[in-house]
Amino acid sequence: MSIAVTTQIICFSILSLVVIVGALGVILLESIVYSAFLLGGVFMSVAGLYLLLNASFVAAAQVLVYVGAVNVLIIFAIMLVNKKEDLKPIDNIKSRRIISTSICLTLLSLLIRVDFSNVWSVADPNASIGEESTIRIGEHLFSDYLLPFEVASVLLLMAMIGAIVLARRDVMNEDISTGLPVDQELIEKASEPLLIKKN
Amino acid sequence: MNSGIDLEYSFNEILKGFGLSSEIAHVIWLPLPMLLVLVSAVVGVLVTVWLERKISAAAQQRIGPEYAGALGVLQPIADGLKLLVKEDIIPAKADSFLFTAGPILVLVPVILSWLIVPFGQNLLISNVGIGIFLWISLSSIQPIGLLMSGYASNNKYSLLGGLRAAAQSISYEIPLALSVLAVVLMTNSLSTIDIVNQQSGAGILSWNIWRQPVGFIIFWICALAECERLPFDLPEAEEELVAGYQTEYAGMKFALFYLGSYINLILSALLVSILYLGGWGFPIPVEIISKVLNLPINAPVIQVFTASLGIIMTVLKAYLLVFIAILLRWTTPRVRIDQLLDLGWKFLLPISLANLLITAGLKLAFPQFFGG
Repeated sequence: MSIAVTTQIICFSILSLVVIVGALGVILLESIVYSAFLLGGVFMSVAGLYLLLNASFVAAAQVLVYVGAVNVLIIFAIMLVNKKEDLKPIDNIKSRRIISTSICLTLLSLLIRVDFSNVWSVADPNASIGEESTIRIGEHLFSDYLLPFEVASVLLLMAMIGAIVLARRDVMNEDISTGLPVDQELIEKASEPLLIKKN
Repeated sequence: MNSGIDLEYSFNEILKGFGLSSEIAHVIWLPLPMLLVLVSAVVGVLVTVWLERKISAAAQQRIGPEYAGALGVLQPIADGLKLLVKEDIIPAKADSFLFTAGPILVLVPVILSWLIVPFGQNLLISNVGIGIFLWISLSSIQPIGLLMSGYASNNKYSLLGGLRAAAQSISYEIPLALSVLAVVLMTNSLSTIDIVNQQSGAGILSWNIWRQPVGFIIFWICALAECERLPFDLPEAEEELVAGYQTEYAGMKFALFYLGSYINLILSALLVSILYLGGWGFPIPVEIISKVLNLPINAPVIQVFTASLGIIMTVLKAYLLVFIAILLRWTTPRVRIDQLLDLGWKFLLPISLANLLITAGLKLAFPQFFGG
């Protein structure tokens, strides 16, 4: 076995261990902040797996989008609303836990069964395109995958308009469910100086 | 384009001469450029700290450090040693694990980004195909470290500083990436080597700064904002936030933040010189010099001369930009957080989008000047 192959195997085992343990930590840890940071670690390790597969562009995009944008936003949101509040006790928590565990285990066994019964087509390692993959991805995005690509941008546009409507209370100044006017006094928008008392 | 000196190839040939296999020679070679770049980054930080102290003193009509070595050149080393032996304090109510991991997460991506900084045709750690994109994606990890240390300090100033740092670096990353994209569009490649080679045709006249003046200014502003240099140093605004996310840090952990921010500054300056100022290129093309000297371009003398000239030019350009950054820091007032976000989202983002559109149009209209 050559040094390169050994290094790859070591990297792969470390990365997959981090992905599995990290993902378990994300759902099992009590502290939501730790879960969010662990999620970032899981995303990073997945990017490492892409690197092992010679997909460096996908790996960098994974880091940029999932770690740099999605995970930072999650952490940001958690830190802005991090109230020290005990969760309400849920009724018959034990039976709920048993049911959810059995569902998860069934799903896992199904996936393992799929993994062993299916014949996976493995690409020829000598035919990998490596650095050229960036160009290939671009070509595919603007030819046969053009529609999904454009639809994704429409989805993002919808999310952005929704966020703007929610943030700008002067457009929608009525609570939809209650019909009451929504508090419009945003501190940032106050034209009067805040520290001087009005007469 | 000539291939220049290939140190890795020569090194491997020497080791093979001792009867080692090429694989083992490669493994022995691998850590050498990494160590070299790490050492040069740290030395670069020491130089920058000294420059910062001297230039700030000159800007304020003081003398600055003068007793430690000639002109105070040993002052940064003294500072570093002081931080090294200081007591490492973790506040009692802080989250000690996240408190330690924060500074590491800030420093490591910055150092990793040095992977793609070329000092010559073959003088870089690795010519990865995704080149400049690697730097953009690595620099997006930093805010997580800042948020982590801000949260773990258990201090309202730290948390506010961390949140501000994350908001700032997310908003300035977009115009930064768009202005890089305009350069990439002209080069047809993400690799830093190709970006420099594309600017090497006619010396100073073919540098990207003439073709991308708007992109150059946007990139420089955004790079300063990403480094949290003074016009944009809101995350650690002393008057409001004590020291932002670094408030509770002392000793080596503080030094990691300090090191990270200075390495990032030098890295940004290097990348500006690579993207817009012709990288290792001399204002007069080396081919013309070799013709005047009547030596073939592949002559060993010319090769060594070109390589050393390349390193000197890259460092010189980068330190010129560092000098401008230091002058800016000591002469401009700090912007407010709403002004900062306004500048980023309402000014730089539309301008950089327009710059991208115009670059694409010019590339199609004049392919010989804007890279066909």
